[in-house]
Amino acid sequence: MAMQFKTHAPEKAEMQLTSMIDVIFLLLIFFIMTFKISAQEGDFNVKMPIGGGQGAMDTTNIPIKLRLRANGDGELTDIVVDDSRSFGNDFAKLRAFILQLTGGNAPPDPDDGPEVEIDLDYNLRYEYVISAITAITGQRQGDRIERLVERIKFAAPRKPNP
Amino acid sequence: MAIERSFQTKLAEGDMTSMIDMVFQLIIFFMVLINFSQEDQNEKIKLPSSELAKPAETPLENPIVLNLDFSGVVYMGPETSTVAGLRPLLQVEADALKAKGLSAKDANVIIRAHQNTSGGLVQELIKKCQEVGYEKFALRAREDRP
Repeated sequence: MAMQFKTHAPEKAEMQLTSMIDVIFLLLIFFIMTFKISAQEGDFNVKMPIGGGQGAMDTTNIPIKLRLRANGDGELTDIVVDDSRSFGNDFAKLRAFILQLTGGNAPPDPDDGPEVEIDLDYNLRYEYVISAITAITGQRQGDRIERLVERIKFAAPRKPNP
Repeated sequence: MAIERSFQTKLAEGDMTSMIDMVFQLIIFFMVLINFSQEDQNEKIKLPSSELAKPAETPLENPIVLNLDFSGVVYMGPETSTVAGLRPLLQVEADALKAKGLSAKDANVIIRAHQNTSGGLVQELIKKCQEVGYEKFALRAREDRP
């Protein structure tokens, strides 16, 4: 008598995906919750050793004095260069002056070129200080940034009026 | 005549392949965009904007991040201080640099000040850092593309 063998049809191999999908969804939720859109940030570099703003001054390289005046609310009222030229509160005019001064050329070395000393009223809002630094240090031409003045320093802080 | 209808109930299985593909793509998207380097940022600080503020190509060496808020409070890592009382915290950082064979002159002090804080306060902050020996400062601003 011949033996009978049962042949099983091959079963489709199926992976158990449930736990993997659980983990993947947890990862997805984590990334969605921690995702934060924030603007890019950049720096203006200022090199200021102690005594750089005060003390004996090198008379061969006198910095351009930039005076920023504020009203009682901290709003910018006047931009004055070297105690003589006033630009109101127009940073475009300040940039035009710097362009004229530098000829639109960046200094060959960051330690070369004119130096600007910023002297501001104590209560002037910081955003105006950054606007002034922006107007002095360069201008954007499309995606390119043209450097104008690399050397910036601050004068000694003016104590607020009582 | 009896008709026997036999139904075999099958487990209904949706095709998960395309959904898993999509979920993986989403995960990759978020993984690429996540930025752990923003941990120094402080939610209370709204930076002034500038068209010239471009992210640096190389990170600054030996950075010390000072967040100055509108009311004059300085956040330095987990520590909080006023500008006047900042010196001990700055000295700790200077000592840590000294232990590494460096000095305060080698550090880059990154100042993240609120746009509405007074400029004089930022000057005082810089002066306080100078007293400890720091020389290099980076005034941070938000990129404002025209």
